[in-house]
Amino acid sequence: MSDALLKIDSISKHFGGFTALSNVTTEVAPGERFGLIGPNGSGKTTMINCVSGLLRNEEGKIIFDGKDVTDLKPHKRTGAGIARSFQIPRPFHTMTVIENLMIPAEFVGHHRGEKGDDRAEAMEILETMGMAEKADDTTLDLTQIELRKLELARAMAAKPKLLISDEAMAGLTGQEVDEVIDILFKMNERGITIIMIEHIMRAVMRFSQRIICLDAGQLIAEGTPEEIVKNKDVERAYLGSTDG
Amino acid sequence: MAIFIDLLLNALVIGVLLGGFYAALSIGLSITFGLLDVVNIAHPTMLVLGAFIAFLLNSTWGIDPVLAGIISTPFFFVLGWLIYQVYYNVFEKSGAESLRGLAFFFGLLFIIEVGLIIQFGVDHRLVEAPYIGQSWNIVIGEEIDVAIPFRLLVAFVVAAIATLAIHAYLTKTFFGRAVRAVAQDMMALRLMGVDPIRVKRIAFAMGVATAGIGGALMIIVLPIEPSLGRLYLGNVFAIVVLGGLGSISGTLLAAVIIGIAESIVATFFGPSWAPAVSFGILLAVLAFRPEGLFGKTAGAH
Amino acid sequence: MKYTFEIICMLLIVGLFVLTQVVGNQFYFFIGFVILQYMVMATAWNILGGYGGYVNFGSAGFLATGAYTAVALINFLDVGLVEQMVAGGIFAGLLGLATGYLTLRLRGVYFAIATLALAIILETVVAHWDYVGGAAGTSILPKRKPELLGELIVDRKAGIFANYKEYLFFLMGTVAIISVWVARYIENSKLGRGLNAIKDSEEAAECMGVPTLRLKLIATTISGAMMGVAGAPLASYLTFIDPLSAFNLEYAINAIAMPMIGGTVSWAGPVIGALLLGTAQQVSSLWIQSELNLLIVGVVLVVFVIIAPEGIIGWFRKSRQGSRR
Repeated sequence: MSDALLKIDSISKHFGGFTALSNVTTEVAPGERFGLIGPNGSGKTTMINCVSGLLRNEEGKIIFDGKDVTDLKPHKRTGAGIARSFQIPRPFHTMTVIENLMIPAEFVGHHRGEKGDDRAEAMEILETMGMAEKADDTTLDLTQIELRKLELARAMAAKPKLLISDEAMAGLTGQEVDEVIDILFKMNERGITIIMIEHIMRAVMRFSQRIICLDAGQLIAEGTPEEIVKNKDVERAYLGSTDG
Repeated sequence: MAIFIDLLLNALVIGVLLGGFYAALSIGLSITFGLLDVVNIAHPTMLVLGAFIAFLLNSTWGIDPVLAGIISTPFFFVLGWLIYQVYYNVFEKSGAESLRGLAFFFGLLFIIEVGLIIQFGVDHRLVEAPYIGQSWNIVIGEEIDVAIPFRLLVAFVVAAIATLAIHAYLTKTFFGRAVRAVAQDMMALRLMGVDPIRVKRIAFAMGVATAGIGGALMIIVLPIEPSLGRLYLGNVFAIVVLGGLGSISGTLLAAVIIGIAESIVATFFGPSWAPAVSFGILLAVLAFRPEGLFGKTAGAH
Repeated sequence: MKYTFEIICMLLIVGLFVLTQVVGNQFYFFIGFVILQYMVMATAWNILGGYGGYVNFGSAGFLATGAYTAVALINFLDVGLVEQMVAGGIFAGLLGLATGYLTLRLRGVYFAIATLALAIILETVVAHWDYVGGAAGTSILPKRKPELLGELIVDRKAGIFANYKEYLFFLMGTVAIISVWVARYIENSKLGRGLNAIKDSEEAAECMGVPTLRLKLIATTISGAMMGVAGAPLASYLTFIDPLSAFNLEYAINAIAMPMIGGTVSWAGPVIGALLLGTAQQVSSLWIQSELNLLIVGVVLVVFVIIAPEGIIGWFRKSRQGSRR
């Protein structure tokens, strides 16, 4: 896989004396649906914070689309094609729903020299999410699932090559989970590579083509959903038979 | 050389004593800001209010300033209780942006300060007590002797007792542990059947109550005037941030560091540079080490 | 029409000029200057505070930087008022940039306290700087020599302005109008939208492609520069300056209170706040002591943050929305 879209090359991240990520290496292929799992505190969020640039890994490199992005600020990475959602929704709460989408459209799209109708494009994204009629509402009026969808919609408005969905389904009902999975499938069909971080196993297993599992900052397993399910290390990490 | 050692030794001793005094000024903020995450920037001005109350009690009835501080403490407890009630209902409950909360306390600071100016004018005020004006000379060597002013010593001792008492209360009692938990895990408290808002309200009131005794120490240590609060804003925030938010022992250590730094600068460069010391340290800490010198590092637990 | 606002601005500047020609009572220019100065301060504060969500407690420090730049220039080069204001703006803008760099990792209250710390450090330094008068202050005699505009303005017997107060009033009014224009321009620009995103969530903004650091630095620089321009004529206005008057807390509280009362989301907020609060303070200072006056500012600020979170323009918006629904 020399033509991987995202290459994570032996990255490590420490907080003081605490090692949050230790020498993690993996690759994500273009167009892939990639799952990232692991128990609480295993380093999932740290890893995607390193990929999106909110945190800097002290060791190792992150190569995206053939370019070394290790030292780039988050907004530059977004410009390069990495967009993410947040686990706890962080909408721009003084703006309307559609204005939320216009921010990445303006700052990323225009920067790339794209000249289109931002509003029409934002509307189109909202329509695929079933949020079109909420376009002019303020985000304070949204429900939990709508906030999650807004997170994804806003990330989509940055026209990413790689979308990182950070626990977009936590706390949602079964039906709502299916709804979000459908949205992610739709995005993937458009050629967008997707990394899904998720606690809801059913969702990850159904969605992902390939999954990696982190535990205590280390990559302990990598494989297809079937392989992951059978993996003894993964089972041990989740059942917590280690000292933790 | 002897003169230099003499000056340095005196500066160090005064610095340590000042540090203890500063700890008493900062501990309330360490609770409200450090533990409860309520940015009471009016705290130093409340201390000045406490100092003026001590002045009033002392000049009217001749009450000893330390006793006056103890007398005014319940008043500040009630004041803190009321302020938190407003703060919670208007800002915290609705999750309103911190910008407004800040403006609220900035306004309070202003109201108290201007109120004091209207009532007392801008002149410096003093209290009278037997220990003020006296000092204790310790001869160490030829041309080297250390002078310990009693007013600083009294402030140091009272401050140490108050700080240690609060420290013990926060670490040893159930309520104290609840206060320390409220910052980290409101949910866990609820599950234990404790109302976190009630805990915060009492803790905030406690933090403000320290302005009674702290203010009394202030007027024992130096003449006061209404705008002194803003000057001390630098000290107390420098100490609380430097000490690592919410750590009482860190606060104590940071207070001593600031006290020594100020005393040395005042001795060798002149007292008018002193305000720049704490604000400079504060700025440096904020710019280069916002988690404080002794702060816990993020993610370590 | 596309340039309606610009035309109104021009007309207002002309209007200011006409005022100086027809109004004889110098008192109006004396208090008008202060209100206009506050308008600049409030507008400048709001660019960083209202749009970007970064609260500056040290506004007085930026104003004083402008004022003391002017004093140093008067002592050193003996230049005119306009040059002083430009220089004041440049230095205070640089201070703003430095503040931005120094505090780039700081959020919320930490930023606010850092700005206050900066102002107090500056005050301590200025109090020890004898060239500009030190702690005791220094007297500044209004210039009677020709300057950039001065030759045709102040000095001639048949000059355009009858005296210095009118000239100061006109200059400050022009600065105020330009400041409001700049603020309105920013509000409707990419910069303004980016700052709004930063206010709402800095991480999300950065991850949505907003270059947060650069926008913050631009905002601290512009805001600081405006305050510096507003401060530069202070010494000439007072004919005396000392650290106490230049670093006065009055500036810091008013720079916050005026936008909060008017409303922080739009350029109109600080303007309304400055007009109301500034006029009220100036007028009431005629018969009540100035401390009581300040007390009122404090109380009004607290009351407004409690009952009217979006200020006066928030009321208007609400009632407009209410009638639409």
